[in-house]
Amino acid sequence: MITSLQNPLALVAELTHRCPLHCVYCSNPLELQSRSTELSTEVWSRVFKEAAAAGVLQADLTGGEPLARPDIVDLVRHTRAVGLYVSLITSGLPLDQAKLDALVQAGLDHFQLSFQGAREETSNDISGTKSHQHKLRVLEWLKRYRIGLTLNFVIHRRNIDELEEMLTIVEESGAGCVEFASVQYYGWAFANRENLLPTREQLDYCVERLHRAEKELQGKIRVVFVVPDYYAKFPKPCVGGWGRKLMLITPKGDALPCHAAPVIPGLKFENVKNRSLREIWERSEAFQKFRGEDWMQEPCKSCDRREQDFGGCRCQAMLVAGDAAATDPVCSLAPQRPKVDAILAKISGAPPDLRQLTRSDWRYRPNPW
Amino acid sequence: MSLDLNSRPRLAPGCRMGENNNQRVLLMPERALRLNGPSLEIVSRCDGKHSVSQIIGELQLLYSKAEPHRVAQDILGYLALLQKERALDFEM
Repeated sequence: MITSLQNPLALVAELTHRCPLHCVYCSNPLELQSRSTELSTEVWSRVFKEAAAAGVLQADLTGGEPLARPDIVDLVRHTRAVGLYVSLITSGLPLDQAKLDALVQAGLDHFQLSFQGAREETSNDISGTKSHQHKLRVLEWLKRYRIGLTLNFVIHRRNIDELEEMLTIVEESGAGCVEFASVQYYGWAFANRENLLPTREQLDYCVERLHRAEKELQGKIRVVFVVPDYYAKFPKPCVGGWGRKLMLITPKGDALPCHAAPVIPGLKFENVKNRSLREIWERSEAFQKFRGEDWMQEPCKSCDRREQDFGGCRCQAMLVAGDAAATDPVCSLAPQRPKVDAILAKISGAPPDLRQLTRSDWRYRPNPW
Repeated sequence: MSLDLNSRPRLAPGCRMGENNNQRVLLMPERALRLNGPSLEIVSRCDGKHSVSQIIGELQLLYSKAEPHRVAQDILGYLALLQKERALDFEM
C-alpha cells in the first residue's frame, strides 16, 4: 500500500471555527471547536512546511472565517514562503482595505469570496447577519489587485431563483471563476435539509442556465457547477477518493480525510501536534480506513465505476444509510437509494413556500467562543 | 474561439509557475497542471512579451525534427486549452 501511495496534493486548513456569519448550511461540524483549543501560529507554520515537503501544492486557508485569526497575514506569508499556492476562502466580512492590502503583499494567490444570494434580504436571512453590502464593497476593493478571484455561491431552494442576478454580480466583478455549489448535506446543512433541497424544476432550470453561461463566458470566466448529488445518477468522487489527494486539519489540529469524517463512529484521528503530516498521511488509521478498494461491498466492489467515484462519499453513506462502508446512497445502483428518493418525493410533493419562512424555521450555526 | 497570432499571452491573475519534488507545475485556483517538455516551453513563454507567432517560431526551432505545421497546431491547441481553463490573458 505505502509504496504505491500518492502524495497529498491539497491541504485544507480550518484555521478557526469562529465566524461572524451563521449560515444555515455551514459545513463545519455541529460541535464547533472553541478559540482556546486553536493551533498557534508556530504549529500552523510547521504544518505548512511539512505539507510542502510531503508534495502538497495548494493550501486552502478556511474556517469558520479565517480572517477571524489575528495572525492571518503572517499565516499567508508563511504558507507562501514554503512554496505553497495560497487560497483564502472567506466571507470577506471582517476585512478592511488595509488588511486586504497586507494579505496581497504577504503573497496571497487566490481570494475566494462566498455569497449567500444576489439580494440583500436573502443573503442576510441565510447568513443570519447583515453581510451582503460589505461583500459588494470588498469586490470593488479587489479590482485594484492582480490576484486570482473566485466567487462562490452556495445554491439551494431559497436562492436558486436569483441565478440571473448572481450572474450579473459575477460579470461585473472581474472574477476569473465562479462556483455555483449546490448545498451538500452534512453538518448544519443536514440539520436544515428539508428547507434547502431544491425542487427538480429548479434544478433543471439551473442546469440549463449555467450550461448557457458557461458558453457565453468561455475564456473570460470559468463556470463551475456542483450538482446537488441527491438528484444525481452516480455519486461524486468525494474528496477525489478517501486519503488519495486531500488532508484537512481542524482548528485544534486533528487531521481528517474530509471535513465531515467525524460523523463516522470509531474513526481515530491523529493530531498534528503529535505527529508529522507525512506520518499521518501514510499511517493514520483514519486515512487507511477507506483508502483503496478493500473496504468496498457490492455493488461497488465489482462496479466499473469504482475507480472513477471511489464508491462516493463515506460520510453520506453513514448519515443516510447508517453504514460508512455502504455504497453512497445517492448512487442509482445503491441498495439504499430508496431512502434518498423518499426525501426527494417529500420535497416535490409539497414544496414549502420559502418566502414565508421566518428565522425561527432555520437552525443557525452559532459563533463558538 | 480563435487565437490572434499577434496577441501576447500572459498568465491570468491567480496563475503562476511552481515547483515540487523537481516537477514544474502551473498553479491555478483550485487546480494544477504538470508541465513537461513542450508544455513547459510554451507556458514559460506566456509572459506578455512573446506573441503567439513568436512562441510558435521559437518552438519550431527547438523541436526542429518535428513537422513545423504540426508543432504550430499543437501549440494553438494547448493555448486554447489554457484559455478555456482561464489560465491566460491575451494582450494586444
